[in-house]
Amino acid sequence: MLRRIALGFVLTLATTAVQAAENATEFFLDNGMQVVVIEDHRSPAVVHMVWYRAGAADEPPGVSGVAHFLEHLMFKATDELESGAFSRIVEENGGSDNAFTSWDYTGYFQRVAADRLGLMMEMEADRMRDLRFADEEVVTERSVILEERSERVDSTPGGLFNEQMRAALFLNHPYGVPIIGWRHEMEDLDREALVSFYEDHYWPNNAILIVAGDVTPDEVRALAEEHYGPIPANPDIAERVRPQEPPQIADRRVIFEDERVANPYVARAYPVPAREPGDQRRAAALTMLAQVLGGSGQTSILARRLQVEEERALYAAAFYDSTSYDPSSFNLVNVPVPGISLEEAEADLDRILAAFLEEGIDPEQFERIKFQIEASQIYEEDSVQGLARSYGVALTSGLTVADVEAWPDVLAAVTIDEVMAEARTLFTETRSVTGYLMRPDEEAAATIEPASAEAQEAMQ
Amino acid sequence: MIPRLFGLLTAAILVLPSLARAIEIQEVTSPGGIEAWLVEDDTIPFVAIDIWFNGGASLDAEDSRGAVHLMTGLLEEGAADMDARAFAEAVEGLAAGFEFDVYRDALTVSARMLTENRDAAADLLRAALVEPRFDADAVERVRGQVLSILDGDDRDPDELASRAFNRLAWGDHPYGSALEGTRESVSALTRDDLLAAHRAVLARDRVVVGASGDITAEELGLLLDRILGDLPAEGAPMPEIADYQLPSGTTVIDFPSPQSVALFGHEGIARDDPDFFPAFVLNQIMGGGNFRSRLMQEVRVARGLTYGIYSYLATAEYGQTMGGRFSSSNDLVAEAIAVIREQWADVAANGVSDEELEAAKRYLTGAYPLRFDGNGRIAGILAGMQADGMPVDYILSRNDYVEAVTAEDVRRVAERLLQPDALHFVVVGRPEGLDASN
Repeated sequence: MLRRIALGFVLTLATTAVQAAENATEFFLDNGMQVVVIEDHRSPAVVHMVWYRAGAADEPPGVSGVAHFLEHLMFKATDELESGAFSRIVEENGGSDNAFTSWDYTGYFQRVAADRLGLMMEMEADRMRDLRFADEEVVTERSVILEERSERVDSTPGGLFNEQMRAALFLNHPYGVPIIGWRHEMEDLDREALVSFYEDHYWPNNAILIVAGDVTPDEVRALAEEHYGPIPANPDIAERVRPQEPPQIADRRVIFEDERVANPYVARAYPVPAREPGDQRRAAALTMLAQVLGGSGQTSILARRLQVEEERALYAAAFYDSTSYDPSSFNLVNVPVPGISLEEAEADLDRILAAFLEEGIDPEQFERIKFQIEASQIYEEDSVQGLARSYGVALTSGLTVADVEAWPDVLAAVTIDEVMAEARTLFTETRSVTGYLMRPDEEAAATIEPASAEAQEAMQ
Repeated sequence: MIPRLFGLLTAAILVLPSLARAIEIQEVTSPGGIEAWLVEDDTIPFVAIDIWFNGGASLDAEDSRGAVHLMTGLLEEGAADMDARAFAEAVEGLAAGFEFDVYRDALTVSARMLTENRDAAADLLRAALVEPRFDADAVERVRGQVLSILDGDDRDPDELASRAFNRLAWGDHPYGSALEGTRESVSALTRDDLLAAHRAVLARDRVVVGASGDITAEELGLLLDRILGDLPAEGAPMPEIADYQLPSGTTVIDFPSPQSVALFGHEGIARDDPDFFPAFVLNQIMGGGNFRSRLMQEVRVARGLTYGIYSYLATAEYGQTMGGRFSSSNDLVAEAIAVIREQWADVAANGVSDEELEAAKRYLTGAYPLRFDGNGRIAGILAGMQADGMPVDYILSRNDYVEAVTAEDVRRVAERLLQPDALHFVVVGRPEGLDASN
């Protein structure tokens, strides 16, 4: 299996990562800020992260993209630091920094030598409350996020298609609104929307500090109390209650045509539960189901039947996003070989799933997957940054450190019967969204062909 | 039985500057004569091994472009007495991980193996490298995947840009064409072509190995003989030097998108050039991938013309470029290009400020030790250093080379390297106010 194939069609970043650190310590500051420390003394570096329990799904209606826009503004001027100084100081200290926004969280991180941790905390604490939002920076940076939308979404048919699929799956929940925002709303985002989101969410009692690497919990506690401790809590942080989905009573279809599509494919999304605090069993069974159906390019059900045995697919797989504040989605994709229509590809998916419900799971395959999950605990220890990030995702999704630590055991305890029960519920009783990503028609598709020919002539 | 002769040449203790922690690289020579660099660390019970075969896709025979790439894709699709599925089940049953990739200068293998079943995992890796089967059904399946990649590339503005730039820059040299080949060349590849590609690339005379994790030098030597010992001693002759052929200008490739992708560049500098380190620092200042760079500041931060822009030194073995990449809305791309040309000319004429130089040096020297982060990364770094011909103590001296770069060095090298009048822009999209020129 060529990896570019697999990467090209990945719909959601589904991970089976197991992620429980051997050396995780949790405590709270007096102002309510949650702190998690993961020790790894192999290399003299630390990862310092602050996660806010606020993401795109926490935006008010009409200002889609503001959570992500604010993430960009966080690198601008505060009352202490001039615009751009944050990243400059990190870099001058040999570190790297970045930030990310999802539906359930916004996170900021730096990777530096362990003795620079206090400096990182000083700056991160500063921008938690003292961002200035200069008007001219808002205007320039809005242009940047519009460019980002052009690059990441509008320039790729797959990006636009995913957006449409989610909008169709989530009729009422804000998970149906793109993180980057709808363009027409992004164009109107202003200082007021930014300040309002910042004031609602950027407080220590709505944040999680995660420090991973060559530090001890005592060192982190002392530094955190010094830098984050003085920031007052906001007692009025609203509870995260998002509009929920009504029961899905109709199968929905999305047909998206784009002349830039190279390999048309069919995708399907089902609404499913995610890991719940204290109750991760169903999510574990769904995680195993995604592995059985689509975890390997050779041996999982969809790839083995459709790619290897029948040679009717270029790529067929399943994904499940187990870690999410509100219910998430289970996704299937089938990219047929040329000559097979999307209607046939959809029928292939249904046929393989029906046969799977009849035949069940090969116990040897199930044991191999269990062993791989067990081994992934070993491999994941190699990346302390990955471990830190998985804690951040879990904790901002409403889970606890105890849930994270229990997850490997919950996965290990899942039985074949439980997985098949989830499969039956999913594939026989659950309404879904089925989407086609395709070219308008062959004639229109042909208009793009001259591109490479023209390239050869453009330079006289 | 104890191996008769085990050559452990040196064990250099390298203390990374500014960090009171030692990375100990052991130079290992296996009983069979395979050399490797090892960082031993038994904290986590697995080992990461990077095995690189120099030459890579540039060793394609003249009439079978894409053969090495297709061959690489087939290494995990059946080996020895296992068909593709049996091989995959065996690897998954050991929870081992093998990644096979091919680039223009190397075919790379990144392996990770649990300590508890390391020998069995090594036997599977040996089978993949030494005895791939190239079964007819697997060949057709992977060929289909490659053809779909090529279909995708025909509609991917980044691919269209880099293909055009490379073809214009390097002509008939392997660097001038996509290593995946073309629809025609890939469709025509035979099993014999794949066997020839395998013989050309997978040989012991061009292999470099980096390893990190839970393994001793002695165990590593035996393991490498087990994995690589049955490969032929010699492979195909290495490629010729490539001549850079692209004059200044702008090439526009029509593509239906609201945004244009632009790739730009001119001739670069070799890794072993005495001016490499000043050039390296200069590139960091111009567009080395962080917000501080000239291009990021001028094009993104000050004007909002792009989401991201970077520059790079492409120091391939047989031909070098200095260039960059950004994307902009069709109505902004012409302005972005004008800003880039201005910056190029400004730095070529005036050099950079002392502040910029110091900031870049602080960043480069500070960030370097942080790279050695985990077994997987260390194994890759060790293999890469050897592929670049670096000495084993390079890790120790590298920051000194960066520190030694003076403002005068940067001015001199900027004048030599940055050629605003030689820059060629390949723009894929529907840029406004931008004419193709030569």
